Amino acid sequence: MSIAIGQQGPIAAPPPPEPDPLPVNYLNNGYSIWSWLFTVDHKRIGILYLVSISIFFVAGGIAAGVVRLNLLQPDGAIVTEDAYNRAFTAHGVMMLFFFLIPAVPAVFGNFFIPMMIGAKDLAFPKLNLASWYVFMLGAILAIWSVLAGGIDTGWTLYPPYSTRASQSHVIPGVVGVFISGFSSIMTGLNIMVTIHKMRAPGMTWGRLPLFVWALYATSLIQLLATPVVAITLLLIVVERMMGVGIFDPTIGGDPILFQHMFWFYSHPAVYIMILPGMGVISEVLTCFSRKNIFGYHAVAWSSVGIAVVGFLLWAHHMFVAGISFYAALLFSLLSMLVAVPSAIKVFNWTATLYRGSISFHAPMLFSLGFVVLFIIGGLTGLFLATLGTDIHLHDTYFVVAHFHFVMVGGMVMGYFAGLHYWWPKMTGRMYSDWWSRVAAIIIIVGFFFTFIPQFYIGYHGMPRRYPNYPHEFQIFNVMSTAGASILGIGYLMPAVYLTLSLFYGPKAPANPWSATGLEWQCPSPPSVHNFDKTPVVVCGPYEYAIGVDQMGRGLPEPPGVDDNPARRSGITGPAGPMNKETEVVG
Amino acid sequence: MSASTHSPVLKHHFEDLGQQHACERLGIWMFLATEILFFGGLFGAYAMYRIWYPHEFELASSHLNRTLATINTIFLITSSLTMTLAIRSAKLGQRGALIGNLLITAALATAFMVVKGFEYAEDFHEQLVPGPGFGTHYHQEAVSRGLDPAKIQLFLCFYYVMTGIHGIHILVGIGCILWVTWEAWRGTIPPENYSTVEIVSLYWHLVDAIWLFLMPLLYLAGAGMKH
Ligand code: HEM
Ligand SMILES: [Cu+2]
Repeated sequence: MSIAIGQQGPIAAPPPPEPDPLPVNYLNNGYSIWSWLFTVDHKRIGILYLVSISIFFVAGGIAAGVVRLNLLQPDGAIVTEDAYNRAFTAHGVMMLFFFLIPAVPAVFGNFFIPMMIGAKDLAFPKLNLASWYVFMLGAILAIWSVLAGGIDTGWTLYPPYSTRASQSHVIPGVVGVFISGFSSIMTGLNIMVTIHKMRAPGMTWGRLPLFVWALYATSLIQLLATPVVAITLLLIVVERMMGVGIFDPTIGGDPILFQHMFWFYSHPAVYIMILPGMGVISEVLTCFSRKNIFGYHAVAWSSVGIAVVGFLLWAHHMFVAGISFYAALLFSLLSMLVAVPSAIKVFNWTATLYRGSISFHAPMLFSLGFVVLFIIGGLTGLFLATLGTDIHLHDTYFVVAHFHFVMVGGMVMGYFAGLHYWWPKMTGRMYSDWWSRVAAIIIIVGFFFTFIPQFYIGYHGMPRRYPNYPHEFQIFNVMSTAGASILGIGYLMPAVYLTLSLFYGPKAPANPWSATGLEWQCPSPPSVHNFDKTPVVVCGPYEYAIGVDQMGRGLPEPPGVDDNPARRSGITGPAGPMNKETEVVG
Repeated sequence: MSASTHSPVLKHHFEDLGQQHACERLGIWMFLATEILFFGGLFGAYAMYRIWYPHEFELASSHLNRTLATINTIFLITSSLTMTLAIRSAKLGQRGALIGNLLITAALATAFMVVKGFEYAEDFHEQLVPGPGFGTHYHQEAVSRGLDPAKIQLFLCFYYVMTGIHGIHILVGIGCILWVTWEAWRGTIPPENYSTVEIVSLYWHLVDAIWLFLMPLLYLAGAGMKH
């Protein structure tokens, strides 16, 4: 479908909303603590999530530090075997359930989905606030279980270890995860209903930004998979508390059933942990290569494809658990199938970059890092999906390296890309361009140092979750720990320069990256109801080639390769081909 | 803009009441989908063990109280009817009938819980419980028939977990129904906003429907068993 914009005559382009002396925005319309704790504004709730998950990211990082430091020596450098078990469990639980799963959906999804589709808020603002409280309740229980002594079962909580054998604080931790699952469901439901029912006029499905498509697919998984893990965790609690059980073989139960039910959620959940990152990347790569996305429909539908196929391959975590050979064959095949939509995305991103005018600001650096690291993570997933090789690689450091490449190399990169891309919009401030680029590079370098050696030692047989290892592996473990230190510094840097930007950063213009999405049509930071009046969308989300935003107005001049967008905060008025006869493909 | 734009029940972030109701309806249906998956995990696990251990499950099931369960089924089905009548009253703007129907629904739900409470008490009294409290007479009975007592307990686990979670859903339902009754009493459910009642009713029908599956799976599985 195509719309000729020029035919309605020159569109009166209102100057982009520049900051008045003190315009009322979502941040300055109330300073009391209650104005935050009882807010139903999706933007403030996004910020609440941002603050909370940052804390859990640090907590999970500290646990990772303990694990890595302990592995410096073959017989354990700093903690006992038991404490080691508790450290890696705390790391896994914190990072997965309390950082990575809410990271992009609950922070950027909450904040930007309504703005990107031209709505005033999510469909259920109170439910949204409730989701944060539920999340915090779960998190507090989980943290309490860590402080009270921790859990030693690993994040996978396999019975009968987690039910009969473990002497650790399994119940509060599991209840915490159980509760936080409901917040994930609430967020998913809210986002999905919002995307269905609250799109601005003209915002057809074919014009939705790819971030919205990605979060739609994510929400689908959150909605349909999380309840299953909820009931599974509940059964674990019942089994452990009452001394009865459904998974306990001594009273007729079957522990493999737990694994099936657990992975029925947790495999799709790994796509909760990557799809939103892919969405962010689709936004950033197009913006910073000044090109329309290549293969919009392919990228959009591959998100849905991943979500659907992702439900059908859980048992690839159980190839050596004694499942039937034919089942294993099928799950192996289906696992390889899910790599297809992932690859489709990567090819389309690459084609988008091809001959683009690329500028390497921090969001772009993180995104490029994402693409490279995700390719490695995804390909090694195929090694694991292959039955023969998985017998060798299962439960080794190879698996650990694989999933860190996709989850940290992929999603955490995507999260940082989003954070740097949208920070000016969220806070109204520009951060240091130079420092942010340095941080991105340090993180990517540190990441490689940390996880490449793990592929090697894993392949050579070092099991995961063991505190001890043969001497031959020490050099690689030291390398990995050294890399982790670099990575840690890299992650601390944004905390510093982003915080400083809040106080000393130059004011951000409404559209510092010259991006096309509706969210950039609001002032920075956005006003309380986002839009003065409901925007009317006239074209697709990435019309960079002709330089118009989704409302058909010209874009400001894009940031050059070298110049600092902060210095351009004074620009007004649209540039770009405004009054030309332009064909907009929507 | 239509008059409904200025309706006092319109929330500020919606364009009009049509959009608001569309969101609420879609939201509740999605929530029901999550509920089905939540119980679906349990039903799936039950199905697996039922296929593996059919005789133990029959024997265990035959000890449950079918009479009370039948009475409870009648309570719940009737309550679904009165819930539906409540929607009708809300649509027609009959506030008195709306409140009446809601109260009858809540009363039937409460009756269900009371009966369920008596039933649990009876089960406990007879030591029909899994785990350490499992009655020795049930143990011996299973052994004498060449069955595995551990799997009798497995059935009982399912029985308590499934009816327990269902019971919690009933309690939540009673809470929701009383809340709507209160709103109706305050007069905040005008006919154009009847969908509030409809949404609670959808939840209530789901809880009812789940019982209609629990009843045969748990109580009727062993109906043909002779002692
Ligand atoms: C590209 C397609 C992918 C394939 C074919 C794949 C395949 C696999 C397989 C077969 C395993 C089991 C290995 C074993 O335990 O022996 C595995 C483990 C894992 N994968 Fe992937 N994977 C893919 C993408 C991802 C993504 C995108 C993520 C997360 C963002 C992810 C996260 C994980 C995690 C967390 C584990 C380990 C779970 C545990 O045992 O603790 N994978 N993957
Ligand atoms: Cu998997």
